[in-house]
Order: sequence, then structure tokens, then C-alpha cells
Amino acid sequence: MRGIDLSIAAGETVALLGPNGAGKSTTIDMILGLLEPDAGTVSVFGRSPGEAVAQGAVGAMLQTGALIKDLSVRELVSMIASLYPRPMDVEEVLELTGVSEIAGRRTNKLSGGQTQRVRSAVALVSNPELLVLDEPTAALDVEGRQAFWTTMREFAARGKTIVFATHYLEEADAYADRAVLMAHGAIVADGPTTEIRAMVGTRTIRATLPALDVEELMTLPGVNSAERRGEAVVMHCADSDVAIRALLVAHPDARDIEINAAGLEQAFLALTGDGAGEGKRPPGTAAAIGQRG
Amino acid sequence: MPLLYTRYELLRTLRNRRFFLLSLGFPLVLYFVIVSPNRHVQNFDGSGISFPLYYMVGLASFGTMSAMLSCGARIAAERAVGWNRQLRITPLRPRAYFRVKVLTGYMMALISLLALYAAGTSLGVRLTADEWLKMTGLILVGLVPFAALGVLLGHMLTPDSIGPAMGGGISLLALLGGVWFPIGGHGFLHDLAQFIPSYWLAQASHVALGGHSWPAKAWIVTVAWTVVLGALAARAYRRDTGRV
Repeated sequence: MRGIDLSIAAGETVALLGPNGAGKSTTIDMILGLLEPDAGTVSVFGRSPGEAVAQGAVGAMLQTGALIKDLSVRELVSMIASLYPRPMDVEEVLELTGVSEIAGRRTNKLSGGQTQRVRSAVALVSNPELLVLDEPTAALDVEGRQAFWTTMREFAARGKTIVFATHYLEEADAYADRAVLMAHGAIVADGPTTEIRAMVGTRTIRATLPALDVEELMTLPGVNSAERRGEAVVMHCADSDVAIRALLVAHPDARDIEINAAGLEQAFLALTGDGAGEGKRPPGTAAAIGQRG
Repeated sequence: MPLLYTRYELLRTLRNRRFFLLSLGFPLVLYFVIVSPNRHVQNFDGSGISFPLYYMVGLASFGTMSAMLSCGARIAAERAVGWNRQLRITPLRPRAYFRVKVLTGYMMALISLLALYAAGTSLGVRLTADEWLKMTGLILVGLVPFAALGVLLGHMLTPDSIGPAMGGGISLLALLGGVWFPIGGHGFLHDLAQFIPSYWLAQASHVALGGHSWPAKAWIVTVAWTVVLGALAARAYRRDTGRV
């Protein structure tokens, strides 16, 4: 980690968005008290992570992990529920996470998707104020993903705080109020998901247009920047629909036109390559969760 | 002690078939194989202890040691699937976690012990109620260092390596403890065995001779091993917070 400064209000749903190796899991481990920051502080509802965990205020679904053997799904969820001061009703959780039908089955006889759902039941049954999910849908198919997020939405509607890590922009966009972009152990952007989408969700238009000054292209509506690559020009667009129409009107000789969505990884590289977050912050970590304002 | 959690932990352990094989089946079968032909030997190897009693306690030591160390195997298996990290983010305190693990180890040890008592009685072991109780007490105390060893191994090893380590460790401890054959009254092996906790575990059979079956050094050796292994186990637990 290269120094992050993050404050999350109670009741927010926040996505930690970034490519593999960005530091999402490390951040989550620090929020959960599994890792101590080398420098700086982490506070959860005004307490240390360890205290918040001891009081049962935090529940989590870690990125890796299977289930222990020799118990049925219901027994396992009950076992975890018994450790918390205010657990959710076990049957309610089984229902909510869609594992009621397999509640009597031994945990080592489940499919990958079923295991993942049971893991989410284990996290939810603690009825935490803060729920932390580290790439929770990585092992799920499309249907499973939708079911999972429906469950989480219901949970968030109870006024709970949810922090989740993902490398899917769509997931952050659809389910979070706010996205925190991470790359190389630093935060490169932080804001409402609509803003983040505008930042990283840009498209590029590439066209063969010899003998034209790129400065001229930059004046087109919807175009943020343009560069020349030999015979071709590449335009980074805030709104590619508007830009392509304007381009064809102004330069009808443009050919070999391609419009591409900038990938998340690519967007991150662009953001970090520009030097955002590069050495601007002092090393150390400051994360505060559950503070109003 | 979190009661419901403990109950499920015991239930899990009882459902584990491997335990019954190593801690229960193996010593029981061995007991009948070794003792049946020699069941009338009253003074085994000049020790003053009958053949059936000697091997009853010897194999009980083996079975109970296995039961305590298999608690470590369960810890290693839980670590390997990341369950250990999942538990760390619950309000379950490390102390309670270990207390429950040791308790389940003891429960398994008791099952193994009672089974061997029954086998011993069937082949002619006769003790007074006082002697049975005293012997059981000494075995339970003698197992404490093995509880610590189990926790230590559980946090140091992987599920793949803990099997051979446990197998080798138990065999060696059983050998030095005089489980397979008496150590004798003098010589290098005798001097070495004095410092091994499994020796004193097996020596619990000496209650039948009356008087003090455990000399002061038995207590010192048991306490010393417990302190050292306990400290190492606590250190291994603290260092073992990362993702496996």
C-alpha cells in the first residue's frame, strides 16, 4: 500500500474498484483488523477494527475460503450465528441467500455456486452494521450474481453499510453509491459511481485521416483529447455518439472507423500513468468507516 | 465458553471417521492382539504390573495422544480452507477458540481412554475405584502438553504435512514413553525417557503399585513441556494471520 485516505459514512454502499493487485484485498484486511497498517490508523464506527469485530459490528465474506466439513449448511450457519450478540434468524438468512433447499446437506457436498451462497449466509447471519465483501461474485454465474446482489440490496435497505471489492465496473455502477478506484496500492479516484463511470467509461474513436491537424479534432463536441498514430488518429471521447456524428460531418473522408470502449484496466493505467495518486500522499493509511459527514 | 459453538465443534469431531480409526480402532485392535496371548502374566518384565494393565495404559497413552494431536490436524485443515480467517472476524476470542479445540481433543481422548479401560477389564485388569480415578487423573494431566503440541503443529504445518509429522511424532513419543515395550530401570533410554512427557503418561499405570505413582520430576517435566509448547503455540498463532 502506498498511502490511502478513505472515509466511509454509515449506510453507504461503497465499491472498491480496481484491477488485480490494486490493493483492494489488503485494504479490506486492514478494515477487518486481519492486517495492521505499517503506518496510520484504521477506525470502524469510531473504534479499532479489533474492537468492532469483537462487538459483532462487522461481518465479512473474504475472497478466498471454503467451508469447514462435517456439518450441514444449517448447522454451520447456526454455529456462526451463536457467536454474535444480535444475529439474524438462521431460517431467515437461509431463505434470503437462497440455500433453504440445501440446508440439510453437508457443506462438503455443495457445488461452487452453492458454497458461495452459503458463505454469504455466514457473513449475513452476523447481522453486522458493516458488511465487507471481497470479490463476492467471482465464483458465480450471471444468474447467481443477480440473485446475490438482490440479497445485498435488501440488506443495505436496512440501513447497513456495505463495502465491496470488485473488478467489474458494471457491478460497482449498478450496486454502489460510490466507487473508490484503486491501482498500485493507492486511490486514484473516489466519487459517486456516475462520475467514476464518466471518468473510466470513455470510448475511443479511431479513424484513418491523413494530413489533418489533431488540434482541429479536439474542438469537436464530445472529444476530450486526440492524438495521431501515423495515418490514423485516436480520439478519447466523453460522448462518442456526439463525436462520431460531428466527425463525419466535418471530415467525410475519414475511413476505417472503430469505436471501442476503454477497458477498466486500460482506464486505470491511464489514470495512474497520468500520475494521479503518484507520490502525492504521505505513506500510511487512514481509513475511517461509519463516520457521518 | 460459547456453548452452542462448542456443541457444533464436538458434533463435527464425532462425525470425523479418521479419528475413530487412529485414536480408537488402532489401539483397541493392537491391545487385543498383544495382550490376549499374555493375559495371565502378572509381573510384566519385573515391573510389578500385570501385562494387561501395562498395555492398557500404554495403548491408552497412544490413543489419547493421537486424539489430542488430531486437534492440531483439524486446525491445519481449517487454516487451509481459510476458516481460521473467517473466525478471526467473528467475536470469538482466540482464547475461547483454543479452549474449545482443547476441550474437543479431551473429549476424544476420554472416548479412547474409556474404550481401552473396557478392553483392559475384559482381559482381567482389576483396580480399586480409587486407583482407576487416580490413574485417569494422571493421564488427563499428562495430556496437557500434547494439547499445546497439537495447537502448535496445527499452526505450523499444512494438512498435507501434518499427517506424516503426527504419525512420526506419535510413534517416536510412544517408543520413548515405553508404550511398545518397557524402558527398563537404567541405561541411556531410561535417562532420556525421564524428560519425555509421554513416558509419564504411560507411567500412570504405576498407580497399581500404590504410593506415589508420579514422582516430583514427572510433574516438573509435564509443566515444563506445557509452558514451552504453550508459548510456542501462542507465538505460532499470532504470526499466522496472513492469507494462506
